[in-house]
Amino acid sequence: MSISTYGHVNEQELKNHATKERRILLGLTYPAVFCVITVMVIPVAWLFYLSFIGSDGNFSLEHYQRMLDSKSYARIFLMTFKVSLLTTVICICIGYPLAYFLSQLPARVANICMLSVLLPFWTSLLVRTYSWLVLLQRKGIINQAGMDMGFWDEPLKLVHNLSGTLIGMVHIMLPFLILPLYASMKSIPQDYMKASSNLGATPTQSFWQVFFPLSLPGLMAGSLIVFILSLGFFVTPAILGGGKVIMVAMQITNNIELFYDWGAASALGVVLLVMTFGILFIASKLVRLDNVLGGGH
Amino acid sequence: MSTTNGLPISISGITKRYGNLHALDNIDLEIKQGEFLTLLGPSGSGKTTLLMALAGFTRPDHGSIKFGDEEIILKAPHQRGVGMMFQNYALFPHMNVSQNISYPLRLRKVNKTEIAERVNQALETVQLTGFGDRGINQLSGGQRQRVALARAIVFSPRILLMDEPLSALDKNLREKMQIELRHLHEELGMTTVYVTHDQREALTMSDRIVVINNGKLMQCATPRDLYDYPANKFVAEFIGESAFLKVDHQGDGVYFDGQKLVVETLPKKQKDLLLMVRPERLMVMVDGQNTKDMNIFNVTVSEIVYQGETKMIYVILADGVSMSMRLSTRSGQPQNQIDKGDKIKLVLHKSDTTVVVDGGY
Repeated sequence: MSISTYGHVNEQELKNHATKERRILLGLTYPAVFCVITVMVIPVAWLFYLSFIGSDGNFSLEHYQRMLDSKSYARIFLMTFKVSLLTTVICICIGYPLAYFLSQLPARVANICMLSVLLPFWTSLLVRTYSWLVLLQRKGIINQAGMDMGFWDEPLKLVHNLSGTLIGMVHIMLPFLILPLYASMKSIPQDYMKASSNLGATPTQSFWQVFFPLSLPGLMAGSLIVFILSLGFFVTPAILGGGKVIMVAMQITNNIELFYDWGAASALGVVLLVMTFGILFIASKLVRLDNVLGGGH
Repeated sequence: MSTTNGLPISISGITKRYGNLHALDNIDLEIKQGEFLTLLGPSGSGKTTLLMALAGFTRPDHGSIKFGDEEIILKAPHQRGVGMMFQNYALFPHMNVSQNISYPLRLRKVNKTEIAERVNQALETVQLTGFGDRGINQLSGGQRQRVALARAIVFSPRILLMDEPLSALDKNLREKMQIELRHLHEELGMTTVYVTHDQREALTMSDRIVVINNGKLMQCATPRDLYDYPANKFVAEFIGESAFLKVDHQGDGVYFDGQKLVVETLPKKQKDLLLMVRPERLMVMVDGQNTKDMNIFNVTVSEIVYQGETKMIYVILADGVSMSMRLSTRSGQPQNQIDKGDKIKLVLHKSDTTVVVDGGY
C-alpha cells in the first residue's frame, strides 16, 4: 500500500478524533452554562417581565411612569451615580500611586504587600463596614484620638452621611482597582522607561509620556469595575449613610420589604441594568473592551 | 544623517558589587574616538553591567567614566545624550514608527519641520522609507531592529551603545545586519560600544574587542590579535576552538613531550604554560615538505566528522592527549585519503604556535 493511500484511509478517523476532542472541551462549559441560565438568565427575565405588569395584573408602564414623575427617583439615581463616581475617583487617587509603588518593588516584597491589599477581601463585607462605624462614629476611636490630641474640639461628623459612605466604599473597592492596574503595570517592561530616559526624558516625562499611557488599559479596567460595582452597592451606604445616602439598591429593597411592590423594584433594577450597559458601551468606544475585561494588555 | 564626531570614553577603576559578587572589578578602559568596541563575555560576566554603567542605569560603587573630558558618572541617564539600542528594542507600543523615532527630538524641542526631515532621513538610513505610519506590532523582528537603530541615532548622539541588538534575529538576517551596522558606523562615525556573547559577531564587527569574565577585564585587542595571541586560556577557549597541550618551560624555551617548540614569542610567565592549537592552523605533513619553522606532531586519527564546508579530523597524540584539525572538503587533495586509525604527521607553523598562560577563570 502506498503512503498516499494510507493518508486517505486515516483521513476520516483523524477528523473524528478532532471532533471528539472539541466536544469534550466544550463539555467543560456545561455546568457553568447551566448555572448561569438557572440563577441568572431566568430570574432576570422574570423580573424584566414583572416590571411591565401593573397593579391590576395587566401590561402597563406605570412603574416606569412613576420613576419619571417622582422627583425622589431622580434624586436616588443622581445620588447613586454621584457616590459611584466619587468612589471611583478617590480609588484612582489612592490606588494608582499604590499600584505604581507595588509594581516597582522586587517581586518578593511586592507579593507580601499585595497580600495586605488582598487581606480585606477575606473579611466579611458586613464586618468591615461595621468596623468603620466603630472607628468613625461620634465617640469612635478617630474622634476620641483627634480630640485628645487637640486636632479638633467638637466631634467631626464622619459617619451617617456621604463622607462616611465614601470612606467605607473606597475601602471595599480599592482592591478591585489595584488588582487589574497592578497587573497591567507589571506587564510594562522596565526597558521602556530606560529607553525613554536614555532618549532624554526626565523621570517625570518618562512617567507621563510612556508609563502612564501604557497603564491606561489597566486603569480603565479597574475604574470600570469599581464604578459598576458601586452602582449596585447596598450594605455600606445602608449602614454608614445614616439614611441620608439612598442608592438604587436600597430603594429596591424598600420597594420589596416595605411596599411588597415587585413590579416597582424590578423596574428600578431594569433601569439600573440598562444604564450600566450604557456606560459599558460608551467605555468600550473609548477603550477596547477586551483590554478592560482581560485586565491588561 | 550628518556625520558626527564620536567622543572618546575613558573608564577607570569602575567597580560594582552585588553582595559578595564583583559584577565589575576595577575596570580600566580607554575607548578611542569613533571606535567600534565590543564587550564580549559569557552571560553573567559583567559586560552588560558595564554597558549599563555607561548608559547610567547602573550606579557603580566607585570609579570614573569620562565622555571626552567630561566626567559623567554622577549624571542621570537622560542627561548623558548617548544613543542606545536595547536587546528587545524597547520600542514604545503606543507610538507608531515615526513617533518612536521623533521622540528624542520632541524631547529636545526641535521644531516640527526639522523633526519631519530628520525622521525621514533616519528612516532612509535604516532602509525603512515609507514605514513611518506603521504600528510597532505590524513590524517584523528585523524591521523593529531597524526602527530601534533609527531612534538611537536620530538625535546624532556622539556615543552609541548596543546591548546584544541582533540576538533575537535569525542567523541570515543577523549576518546581514552585522555588515549593515558596521557600514553605518563607518558612515556616522560615532563611538560605538557593542555588547555580545557571540564571538563570531564580535570578530566580524569590531575594531577592538574587550573580553570580560567574572567582572574582570581579560584582554582588550583587535579581533586578529585576540584570536592569534589570547592573553590566557579563558580568552583562547572563549574565542574560536582550540586544543590545549601542556608544555614545560626549560631554560632555553618550551618543550612539548620532550620536543622543543619553535615559537615567535613566549609569555613572560614561565609556569602553567599551554600550547594553543587551533584546528584550522594544523596541516598534514606531505612527503618532502620543508619543515623549517614547523613543529611536527605524530598522531593517530581517531575520528573524521564531515561538516559541509569543512571536516574535522580528531587525532590522538602519543601521550593520549587529543586535538582536532579542520580541513577543507575540496576534492583532489592528498589529505582526503586520511582514514580512521591512520598514523600521520601534522605540522604547525612557527607563527601559529602560540603558548598561553593557563588561567583567566
